[in-house]
Amino acid sequence: MNQQSITKPYEKAVVEVKNLSVFFNQNEAVKKVNLSIPINKVTAIIGPSGCGKSTLLRSINRMHDFEPIARLEGNIFLEGEDILLKSVDAVSLRRKIGMVFQKPNPFPKTIYENILWGPKINGFKINEDELVEQSLRQAAIWDEVKGRLFDSAISLSGGQQQRLCIARTIAMKPKVILMDEPCSALDPRSTGRIEDLILELKNEYTIVIVTHNMQQAARISDYTAFFYDGELIEYGNTSKIFTTPVLKQTEDYISGRFG
Amino acid sequence: MISRHHKDIFFKRTAQVTTFLCLGVLALLLYHIGREGMSYVSLDFLSNFPSRFPEKSGIKAALWGSFWLILLTGIFAIPIGIATAVYLEEFAPKNRLMTLIELNINNLAGTPSIVFGFLGLVLFVRGLGFERSLISGAATLSLLVLPMIIIAAREAIKGVPRTLREAAFALGVTRWQCTIGQVIPTALPGIMTGIILALSRAMGETAPIIMIGALTYVAFTPEGPLDEFTTLPIQIYNWASRPQEEFHQVSAAGIIVLLLMLFTLNFAALLIRMRTEKKVKL
Ligand SMILES: Nc1ncnc2c1ncn2[C@@H]1O[C@H](COP(=O)(O)OP(=O)(O)OP(=O)(O)O)[C@@H](O)[C@H]1O
Ligand SMILES: [Mg+2]
Repeated sequence: MNQQSITKPYEKAVVEVKNLSVFFNQNEAVKKVNLSIPINKVTAIIGPSGCGKSTLLRSINRMHDFEPIARLEGNIFLEGEDILLKSVDAVSLRRKIGMVFQKPNPFPKTIYENILWGPKINGFKINEDELVEQSLRQAAIWDEVKGRLFDSAISLSGGQQQRLCIARTIAMKPKVILMDEPCSALDPRSTGRIEDLILELKNEYTIVIVTHNMQQAARISDYTAFFYDGELIEYGNTSKIFTTPVLKQTEDYISGRFG
Repeated sequence: MISRHHKDIFFKRTAQVTTFLCLGVLALLLYHIGREGMSYVSLDFLSNFPSRFPEKSGIKAALWGSFWLILLTGIFAIPIGIATAVYLEEFAPKNRLMTLIELNINNLAGTPSIVFGFLGLVLFVRGLGFERSLISGAATLSLLVLPMIIIAAREAIKGVPRTLREAAFALGVTRWQCTIGQVIPTALPGIMTGIILALSRAMGETAPIIMIGALTYVAFTPEGPLDEFTTLPIQIYNWASRPQEEFHQVSAAGIIVLLLMLFTLNFAALLIRMRTEKKVKL
């Protein structure tokens, strides 16, 4: 077992991961992880490729339910409730925990429908036009698309599509937003816009973001968790991790000496 | 010794020659049929019933028979076909039974149509007592086209990217809502193409319809699903098997109409495919 240095944030935790292990058949992709995700903060998850970042993230909204070979052990508490219990309805859980994926994946429908499909199918009482405008504004894409709300979302650029996907997630008014390398397919300008957007959003939402971009983690996150080979190695304040990491392994990774 | 390069050229040339040969034969066929039958194709030809006199003969009964038959076949086969495909792709457990079912569907798609005709005769005409009605014909043709529709719909559903399903699930929807709201609409063009091709196949089928005893001489249009009927291919076959040379020309005129309809359907399928190839590629 690797050395660990974990400092629990002092803010209230929305999501509390306890002794979580994730197996794909015999392969243990996440190993006994304990992680507490503070409310209205941005928590960054970093680590070399294949270390289990996506796997951890997808445990939090029970995406592994669709993977027959995945097996989870341990607990994840959302506001005190263990969401890994079989009795918990994963469908309604995902309404509270939204997700933005690596590749923008808008529905092949209009921009307008992309925003409304989720809230409508879940029977939310909404004012449609208002929700569309509000979500698009919050996702900082309103000005670019307000004149073409009924165009296909596929016609947008990659960066616009990703912000639309964020808007679509916001429209569900989740508590937590999980983002798995949301900028990896985007150019620096779109990336900058999404980073600004994330900083805006943390006033209302708790955000967990996986990223391979160290500068990005340093710029936007309040807490950083460094993973290696399925284990949580170091967790704490972002500024601390990036300036004076406790462990040599963390320092090496951040300074680009491996990974 | 023949180099790999020469072999390459040899196969390419052979392929080209056979392709042109096929196209040549097709052109010859069309030319022959056109010369034979073109003089008989007219509005009267479409609106007359068959007659003892070649000049007064028409395909009204056959057109309406074919129309009703395809309509009913569609009504039976489309919902069942799509539902089966959706079940197999989205909901069915992956076990031996399902593998067996899949295998059987694939085999059925390759079964000679006369076998379906026999099944229809035993099951619908005699067993369920629908006689030689449109219902019997449509039910038989449904069995024939179901495997094709299921296979095409499954392919289309398989083609819906996983990322799209994940996007839907991440919004807190059930599998069913995801299927209805995202998967089927996205797969619809592919499903439609499959349906059109399957129904156009049904339109051209002759053997199973003869088997269940569709009439060859009909001077009325069917009024309801329990009526007797004839279809275009059967009418064509009937004329072609008469001794008089003139009726062979009438038969060719029928073929022209049938081919035009089939080309139109295939062209529609092609258009749908081309339009969507441009659209969704996630
Ligand atoms: N659906 C799956 N089935 C089987 N194994 C999987 C599956 N998803 C992930 N794994 C395995 O789990 C381990 C962790 O993968 P994961 O995708 O979580 O890594 P990651 O840290 O997100 O990597 P990257 O930075 O490249 O996205 C890998 O060994 C991977 O092969
Ligand atoms: Mg990943």
